[in-house]
Amino acid sequence: MAAEQQARTTWDRVTIARHPQRPRALDFVNAIFEDFVELHGDRQYRDDRAIIGGPARLGDQSVMILGNQKGRNTRENLDRNFGMARPEGYRKAMRLMRMGAQFRFPLITFVDTPGADPGPRSEEHGQAFAIAECIQTLTTYPAPIVSIVIGEGGSGGALAIGVADRILMLENAIYSVASPEASASILWKDAGQAPAAAEAMRISAPDLMELGLIDRLIPEPQPAHDDAPEAFARTATELRQALATLLDIATAGGETALLRERQERYLAIGSWLDASPNGNN
Amino acid sequence: MREIIFRRKPSFRTGRDDDQQSNVPDDMWRKCGGCGDLIYARELERAHHVCPRCSYHFRLSARQRIELLADADSYEPWDESLTTNDPLNFTTGNERYIERARAIAARSDNDANEALSSGRIEIDGRPLVVAATDFSFMGASMGSAYGEKLARACRRAAERGLPVLTISSSGGARMQEGLFSLMQMAKTTAAFDLLRAARLPHFSLLVDPCYGGVTASYAATADIVIAEPGARIGFAGPRVIEQVTRQKLPEGFQTAEFLLDHGLIDQVVPRAEVRATLATLIDLFVPQSLNAQQAAARLVGAGVSSGG
Repeated sequence: MAAEQQARTTWDRVTIARHPQRPRALDFVNAIFEDFVELHGDRQYRDDRAIIGGPARLGDQSVMILGNQKGRNTRENLDRNFGMARPEGYRKAMRLMRMGAQFRFPLITFVDTPGADPGPRSEEHGQAFAIAECIQTLTTYPAPIVSIVIGEGGSGGALAIGVADRILMLENAIYSVASPEASASILWKDAGQAPAAAEAMRISAPDLMELGLIDRLIPEPQPAHDDAPEAFARTATELRQALATLLDIATAGGETALLRERQERYLAIGSWLDASPNGNN
Repeated sequence: MREIIFRRKPSFRTGRDDDQQSNVPDDMWRKCGGCGDLIYARELERAHHVCPRCSYHFRLSARQRIELLADADSYEPWDESLTTNDPLNFTTGNERYIERARAIAARSDNDANEALSSGRIEIDGRPLVVAATDFSFMGASMGSAYGEKLARACRRAAERGLPVLTISSSGGARMQEGLFSLMQMAKTTAAFDLLRAARLPHFSLLVDPCYGGVTASYAATADIVIAEPGARIGFAGPRVIEQVTRQKLPEGFQTAEFLLDHGLIDQVVPRAEVRATLATLIDLFVPQSLNAQQAAARLVGAGVSSGG
């Protein structure tokens, strides 16, 4: 098993992360939580089915759930816009974040999107503004947030529900600033270099763990779709246990400490050089 | 780049080459990216780099942007020692990212060592913190050094009770820094939370072109969002959108005026009016700076020069 994991290239993982039979956000929600009540709509314009969300229970605790939802076949994918949320999806997410904040529900998000919808209508409706407001709502969310990257963590469209106190990734999930194809065509001037780009951009869970950008890697003994449903059940159990422990830890210090720690966590992210010994000014 | 610099005078007569005061070489003409007219460089400079014929707003460096707004000699740059690192050891072909960034920083026509310059300025005596991007530095993409400079600027603004003006033009996240750069969207947003907690305003000026991770983070969550006329602003770039839809985008799509029309920004403000607009906004949102200004004016009136 270990040898098999070692041998997996980043591109192998990209392929697994995008596999049509890979479990989707709702599969995990239904396997991990009880009493999930899906809530719809942004109360302004429409319901975006690329984003799912609502309250649920984990043990004796009420939580708020958000997720990017992909389909499993063409019909489902057209319905879910291939998991690419539009502004109304992010505004629905924001509405549910505010509801979760009001009741101090821990927030658990399932990230699985190639990116935010890049269509002209999404631009007209303020895609950038909707994403930015989601990020801002999360940086000050007054209860613990755990984000789990289950498939593709694609750019700003993923980060909009991905700002968290703890970030978990399934072993074969990917998380990147731009898709390997887009990076390859921009930086290598050749979309065919996507596998090289995926490697260079270090988008795999083991790489991101090593870079300190995620907190925990959830092992997938087999790619979670290969020997379904057994593999999926194992991964879901592992996730459920991880979530229960994390939420306990994150709640322990109280709201002020939680928000301060989240702020410090994000203010510290980055890698730069400072030529002056103590930083000028 | 849509702007072309001509070093040789065109063959037709314009009769405008009589001004010897500026340090711009007198054989320099620039072609307007809007109407295509050739404009005498000094005339352009006097017009705040706005085409006198068609109002096309020429692209400016971070320093030009800041100096256009700041009172003379009031700009105090911050964190200039902070520069690009290469967390992924990123290489495309034979080119190492860190070497490319250093080469751009070392270029003689460049006055910034990263894509964002920050510091303290005054506008008619009103102090504020400014953070402006430079599109000529790797498309003003947001990487770790950019994010850290902006975060430090926010922290200092909050500590000193100053408002923040960001001037943003960007191609988005700095891809060469991978997920570190994506996370700068959250980092800069968290930094502006410090300003919000101190109840200080953030004014965001969007200039051409502004896309991706910068538009989708701090530049959009400001208390006031204004844009220069004609600036192209959005999340996805027009090329990406056209690839997806396989349709040509309508004229004026994603311009500042388009965003205003769709309820996404507060105002479109011509470059020549930005300074006055900011002065008014600062007085409305940070009344103590008005008082400080009035106090300073009184001191000057009493024959005492005010410090700091």
